[in-house]
Amino acid sequence: MSQGIIFNIQKYSLHDGPGIRTTVFLKGCPLSCWWCHNPESQRKKGEFIFLRKKCILCRDCERVCLKAAVKFTENGLCHDREKCILCGECFKACPSEAIEILGKKPDVDEIVKEVEKDRIFYDESGGGVTLSGGEPLMQIDFVDGILTALKERGIHTVVDTSGYTSWENFKRIQEKVDLFLYDIKHMDDEEHTKYTGISNKLILDNLKKLALNGNKIWIRVPIIPSINDDDLNIQRVCNYILSLNLRDIFILPYHNIAIDKYRRVDMEYKIPDIQEPSNKKMEEIAEKFKECGLIVKIGG
Amino acid sequence: MKRGINERVQSLREQSLTALPRISIERAVLVTEAYKKYAGKVSVPVLRALAFKHLCENKKICINDGELIVGERGPAPQVTPTYPELCCHTLEDLRIMDEREKIAFKVDEETRRIHEEMIIPYWQGKSIRNLIFEQMTKEWKYSYEAGIFTEFMEQRAPGHTVEDGKIYRKGFLDFKNEIEGRIKDLDFFNDPEAYDKQEQLRAMAISCDGIIGFARRHAEKAEEMAKHEMNPVRKQELQDIAHVCRYVPANAPRNFREALQMYWFVHLSVITELNTWDAFCPGKLDQHLYPFYKKELEDGSLTRDKAKEFLQCFWIKFNNQPAPPKVGITLEESGTYTDFCNINIGGIKPDGSDGVNDLSYLLLEIIEEMRILQPSTNVQISKKNPDHFIIKAAQVIREGMGFPSVFNTDAVVEELLRQGKTLEDARCGGTSGCVEVGCFGKEAFILTGYFNLVKVLEITLHNGVDPRTGKRIGIETGNPAKFKSFNELLDGFNKQLHHFINIKIRGNNLIERMYAKYMPATFMSIIIDDCIKKAKDYNAGGARYNSRYIQAVGIGSITDSLSSIKYNVFDEKKLSMEDLLKVLKANFDGYEKERLLFLNKTPKYGNDDDYADDIMVKVFNIAHDAINGRKTMNDGKYRIEMLPTTCHVYFGSVVGATSDGRGAGLPLSEGISPVQGADRNGPTAVIKSAAKMDHLRTGGTLLNQKFTPNIMKGEEGLVKLKDLIRSYFKLDGHHIQFNVVDAETLKEAQKNPEKYKNLIVRVAGYSDYFNNLNKNLQDEIINRREHKSF
Repeated sequence: MSQGIIFNIQKYSLHDGPGIRTTVFLKGCPLSCWWCHNPESQRKKGEFIFLRKKCILCRDCERVCLKAAVKFTENGLCHDREKCILCGECFKACPSEAIEILGKKPDVDEIVKEVEKDRIFYDESGGGVTLSGGEPLMQIDFVDGILTALKERGIHTVVDTSGYTSWENFKRIQEKVDLFLYDIKHMDDEEHTKYTGISNKLILDNLKKLALNGNKIWIRVPIIPSINDDDLNIQRVCNYILSLNLRDIFILPYHNIAIDKYRRVDMEYKIPDIQEPSNKKMEEIAEKFKECGLIVKIGG
Repeated sequence: MKRGINERVQSLREQSLTALPRISIERAVLVTEAYKKYAGKVSVPVLRALAFKHLCENKKICINDGELIVGERGPAPQVTPTYPELCCHTLEDLRIMDEREKIAFKVDEETRRIHEEMIIPYWQGKSIRNLIFEQMTKEWKYSYEAGIFTEFMEQRAPGHTVEDGKIYRKGFLDFKNEIEGRIKDLDFFNDPEAYDKQEQLRAMAISCDGIIGFARRHAEKAEEMAKHEMNPVRKQELQDIAHVCRYVPANAPRNFREALQMYWFVHLSVITELNTWDAFCPGKLDQHLYPFYKKELEDGSLTRDKAKEFLQCFWIKFNNQPAPPKVGITLEESGTYTDFCNINIGGIKPDGSDGVNDLSYLLLEIIEEMRILQPSTNVQISKKNPDHFIIKAAQVIREGMGFPSVFNTDAVVEELLRQGKTLEDARCGGTSGCVEVGCFGKEAFILTGYFNLVKVLEITLHNGVDPRTGKRIGIETGNPAKFKSFNELLDGFNKQLHHFINIKIRGNNLIERMYAKYMPATFMSIIIDDCIKKAKDYNAGGARYNSRYIQAVGIGSITDSLSSIKYNVFDEKKLSMEDLLKVLKANFDGYEKERLLFLNKTPKYGNDDDYADDIMVKVFNIAHDAINGRKTMNDGKYRIEMLPTTCHVYFGSVVGATSDGRGAGLPLSEGISPVQGADRNGPTAVIKSAAKMDHLRTGGTLLNQKFTPNIMKGEEGLVKLKDLIRSYFKLDGHHIQFNVVDAETLKEAQKNPEKYKNLIVRVAGYSDYFNNLNKNLQDEIINRREHKSF
């Protein structure tokens, strides 16, 4: 049974596809977008997180650690990444929630068992399960396993992807996916590479193939002021989508709520000065897409 | 026109909202006069009827400026009578009522003087309250004082019933005819109860005269006012009022307006006769009024706007009548001005078909525009009702007043059927008060008191002793430190619970007979089937169906406490039972680690986690089996309810620290909602957990959910709420209600109450002004888990 690594299961998820959904967030992403609001999703490896403020110094974590990776010194808790095997014993022992382990490793059965619990809500609302991330397709066997099991059970499936994966992977799962949420971050390859760390070529190619194969796709474009909200980029996104005969687009306003998360996972936040786009600005951009004949929604 | 409210309604609304609740001595004086004149000379039912008639003939008639539907219980809006035959307040009671910070009633000097000189000397030692406390056993008193249970009937009368459609088809002259016919049919040769029946029927006939006379006096007053009225428009209105009051309630109403006035006289009569719990209620108002509405709209004698204005005027009448002042523990369990008249909208018709009509939508508009506490409202949702109706209701819910609450009509019908009602009677039923099911117009379904599940666990953990007082009030169920398994603890709890339920029911049975003997409700008996047919009073089992409820409180708290013991003591062995008891005794002082462990690392109810939820089901089954099906003294059965009003705060105040991490004295969980903040997996998980209880075996459950406004944004937010509700109801959930407000707003309101005078929130089975709640209850609501948008 295939095992994966996830960092969250979100129930009553209302913005990741139709109806009431459960979203499974898979850990690990080939992109490192500057505005990423789930920085904890980027590394594939699990992470030990310590929140000093919550610690009550009971030292139970130290006592239960099998590898002596957690130690208390004069400076408080010291965590040894080399020794740590992320077994989660310290998390279980910590009464105050000062320790978190980001990255559980469930197998397909466990995921299916958990997401099936909300089946009655999916049935009632036309919802289902969304696999998101990170980039879920980095864990193709795991994703394929989940999708296969969900389709056997008649549950609606959505894959939320950056598109940066081999075409083989898409080919392998496309029959089992009812809807793709597909991100376009920037049409200009140079800009794309600058802000996400990778080229957009594979992404756009995969999108084209997926569309040509008749897959149902909703395009999602994060609107990051001064980075990708200029008229030229908007126009190019429009043209590309239209050329693929796609109609549905969601524009997602940039949020800077994730700054704290960056601190917690010890990563640099590169755009602290960028402001969230105003409602008016979002409406204006939506209008531009509408003028091209697309069906636009603001937000998930 | 502001928000669809015209000037007339605006000014009536303003009057209702700004008038200060005050005590009126008028009723107490009139009842005392009647008792002085008749007591001992006539039978008890006739005495009660004569007292009622005396009130109808002599109480001050009040017609407020501009109103179209008339009649006040007191001499003016918000002025509230006392019921010394039920509860004779002490002077100290009056002082507290006058001075208390929340739910106060002003008492003026004259009132105090009359109370002291006339009311106390006559009623002291004679009120039902005195009789009850005299008759109760030592065990009962200990349990009552310990906070194991409360007693609903110790200062308010049974009531808890709802009108069906009969008063729109029959006038009180018709009822009187029927009653007199019944007297003629009595068999004085073979029926040993013939005399009792005759007295009961005579009393009911006198009560018919009472209400008809009461209306006639309104007609006379309106005519008198019309004579002196300079404004020709108002003059005409007053003449119209007189015209209506000369016709109803003596006769069945002929039109929409008369139907409303008919109901209102009936309502006033019920709440004047006795201080009935949950006042009274028109039930399925949209269905009852629809034939009038439809006909008059078609023949052009009524417009939608005019109907709306009548309804708005009608709405204000409810808001003018605060729940009569409560004292002591009864105030603690129900600390609100709201009197729980809970109008049912939508649902199904007696033939089982979709009951939603144009008036259902009109009533939703009225709720949204009126923004007042009373009457409470709910929507009844059946699988047969259109989605559009739920979405419209959700739109009102989104406004954040907690109105309307949402009920599963299909479950309600099944619950009633399970209790042995006929299909048609069940379909005519609905919910009243907070969440209680009953057959409208045919059933006495009486709440008898809240029952503190968590306190019973605490006493089990102390082998029968109440740790707060050191008194042994329970039975010895074994030293918990010696328990070898979790099941031993559950067995002990089960025995302890049976012990206290027996004490409660024994007390109830006495109280039930006291009301049957001394406090017949001869007016209410006219309008509830089959009191006339059986020639038996409502309070003596005259209704077709008789149910008594015991309302269990704290299922979330006890589940999490037991889950913690099972998990930490028996399964994971993180600490011994002795240590756990030590930690609780210390109220976690010096045991922060244990507190956090209980709080954060222990399975909790409300997360769709079978570990905890299975325990919830076990506790529910224990409580259900101890109560359900027990016999009442009036040929009825006991049923369990799961609701708290404000009792979870009082019950929490008498329970020490609990193993779910809750500190001593803090509120318990409310209804069947999870412990405040213990639910971490969102609303679908809460719903799944709650639905593991078999709601169909209850007489009602209450589930509160708190949503931030943004989760319900747009049409899509409403549709998804509708889907959530439908899903819960597919799982046989009984009821769900929503607070749509964020914690920040509530915290802000707590700091600056003067800026949030109009902030209405959902408490338990009712809404209230946030400012009317005491600090503990405010905190409890703030601490409820808030479901956000992701």
